[in-house]
Amino acid sequence: MKKTYLTALLTSTLLAGPTLAETTLTIESWRNDDLTIWQDQIIPAFEAQHPDIKVVFSPSAPAEYNAVLNSKLAAGSAGDLITCRPFDASLQLYSGGHLADLSGLASMANFSSVAKSAWQTDDGAATFCVPMASVIHGFIYNKDAFDALGITVPETEADFFAALDKIKADGSYIPMAMGTNDQWEAATMGYNNIGPNYWKGEEGRLALIAGTQKLTDADWVAPYATLAKWKDYLGDGFEAQTYPDSQNLFTLGRAAIYPAGSWEISGFNAQAGFAMGAFAPPVQAAGDTCYISDHTDIAIGMNAKSPNAEAAKVFLEWVGTPEFATMYANALPGFFSLNSTPVEMQDPLAQEFVSWRGKCQSTIRSTYQILSRGTPNLENETWNASANVIKGTETPEAAGARLQEGLASWYAPQK
Amino acid sequence: MASRKPVRWHIAVFLAPAVLVYTAIMIIPLFGTLNFSLFNKGDDGVVFVGLANFATLFGDPRWSGAFWNALGNNAWFFLIHMLVQNPIGIALAAILSTPRLRMAAFYRTAIFIPTILSFVIVGFVWKLILSPIWGIAPGMLDAVGLKSLFAPWLGKEEYALTALALVSVWQFVGIPMMLIYAALLSIPDEVLEAAEMDGITGASQFWKIKLPLILPSIGIISILTFVGNFNAFDLIYVAQGALAGPDFSTDILGTFLYRTFFGFQLQLGDPYMGSAIAGAMFGIILLGVCVYLFGIQTRLRRYQF
Repeated sequence: MKKTYLTALLTSTLLAGPTLAETTLTIESWRNDDLTIWQDQIIPAFEAQHPDIKVVFSPSAPAEYNAVLNSKLAAGSAGDLITCRPFDASLQLYSGGHLADLSGLASMANFSSVAKSAWQTDDGAATFCVPMASVIHGFIYNKDAFDALGITVPETEADFFAALDKIKADGSYIPMAMGTNDQWEAATMGYNNIGPNYWKGEEGRLALIAGTQKLTDADWVAPYATLAKWKDYLGDGFEAQTYPDSQNLFTLGRAAIYPAGSWEISGFNAQAGFAMGAFAPPVQAAGDTCYISDHTDIAIGMNAKSPNAEAAKVFLEWVGTPEFATMYANALPGFFSLNSTPVEMQDPLAQEFVSWRGKCQSTIRSTYQILSRGTPNLENETWNASANVIKGTETPEAAGARLQEGLASWYAPQK
Repeated sequence: MASRKPVRWHIAVFLAPAVLVYTAIMIIPLFGTLNFSLFNKGDDGVVFVGLANFATLFGDPRWSGAFWNALGNNAWFFLIHMLVQNPIGIALAAILSTPRLRMAAFYRTAIFIPTILSFVIVGFVWKLILSPIWGIAPGMLDAVGLKSLFAPWLGKEEYALTALALVSVWQFVGIPMMLIYAALLSIPDEVLEAAEMDGITGASQFWKIKLPLILPSIGIISILTFVGNFNAFDLIYVAQGALAGPDFSTDILGTFLYRTFFGFQLQLGDPYMGSAIAGAMFGIILLGVCVYLFGIQTRLRRYQF
């Protein structure tokens, strides 16, 4: 009796199998902040057009993403679609046979070569991820505080420090919300935010890769000297202040200026109860060309071993369309589309950030391409050096010399 | 009389589950890791390099600098546990075992509770307590007029490691307390009564009678602390991240291993050097345990009741 029942059960599962014709695609990502946006807006829009494909967004914590993804790929349990970090992390996955070559996708034509450069082989022969978005660095400020203190948006560095002095003298706001506990704030929102104005964006970055400039050159040490001056304007105990602490200090209205990446916009819009504005990193003298860090940050590729490659390609083609770009850029203001078709954005803060693309020269973070391939890792060393310089435990010159020595120890053009 | 001793199958049968599980999840991975540390990426795939990874680890100034820094920090971490956690644990156990103490069960439970909390919770809670912005530590110091003593401890090179070691002590002080408490309870009443007959009571009874009797337990606790501290990773990772800031002042062998093996941010993981570090950690712990087993434990006097 029991056996018959079991047989019936087994048969029914066998019969039920073939009727499940739809494919399920799983997306690996580090953007766990975006879970609701993917579930409520992006995935339903795609599934409406392709009812036979189900998509599941399955993010992990940003700090663990690379390690988790590598382990999953090695074990063969990774999802079909892989959110790509820029440059070497993804390049290594491609050369390890984990990411498929996507050069043949029709929608690749919608992206400029600069947009694709972060997810290509060094010779540009193969592109393995569809570019999604870049992030722009700058400063977000509390408009109410600026109005109350009669401060205008600073254009030059002198204006910037004058504004900080004024906020400090008034005393009702912490002039700038940043901490050194997590270190990357100091490097990413500090050094690589203000730096491009000193090393002239792409010019300096490419010269560093070519080996014609050194990290001990004035253009590369000067941003550290400026960072060292920030110390006096940070809150009490900034040494132990973490990244979420900084975000909260600003959105609670206790700090006036926040050295930012544009990815903060949606979070800040939801949290802050005051008007906000943004300004680009101040130039040294009025009239100088301004440079901004417009960093290619996020793309999406395909697991080379995915059993659902056809469905995954359909999804990737859709990611490359202007339709996706518009939806993504508006759902996540601050993640600016890399699609060649201009995207209309509604958010005023995001519009301000993206307007700098028109008047300033764009570059990407100096340490990301090629220079962080060896040991010691230049990006990690930059975190450490930036935090040390702000705390005053290392001089700008010593930091530059240490980084140069580390880079020269493995990078041939710098030897 | 010539009958052979029967084969005692039951020994193998009863040992099998533990041996199999232990081999599968401990012994094989351990030797796998040690084996891994003898290889590295060559021009064409993975090649056998012998002890070259260890030569890099101890010979290259960058690698060895990071390694000795981590080892030094680890030694300090261990020292704090030995000097603070274990004496406090013993003292608490001695107080708890006093028959006249009221609510002993409550204190015992309260002190033991942090031990069963997850590292993530402990790290996060203490980060909040010590936070210069939201924390209650500055306010509490202010209330007793000692605000000037407050510093952002977790963010200062000179204090961060000690602060985290003390957090770890807070979390784990229950373990030595429980072990010593059990050892104290197992001392037969006759011994204590005999001591009382001879006029040894109170503190001198603890020093002269009880302490020598619990020395073997203190030895076990020391070795558990040693192994636990040199394998530590979680608390530092939760509180300071994989870069073990500020400026690597809280970097211990565990975080150094994690960063190297799995990579961090733009730094890609290097399983071969990572395995070499794991091998070095294994060697250090093995050495420490051997010193204890052969140098100390054999000399401890044991008393049979």
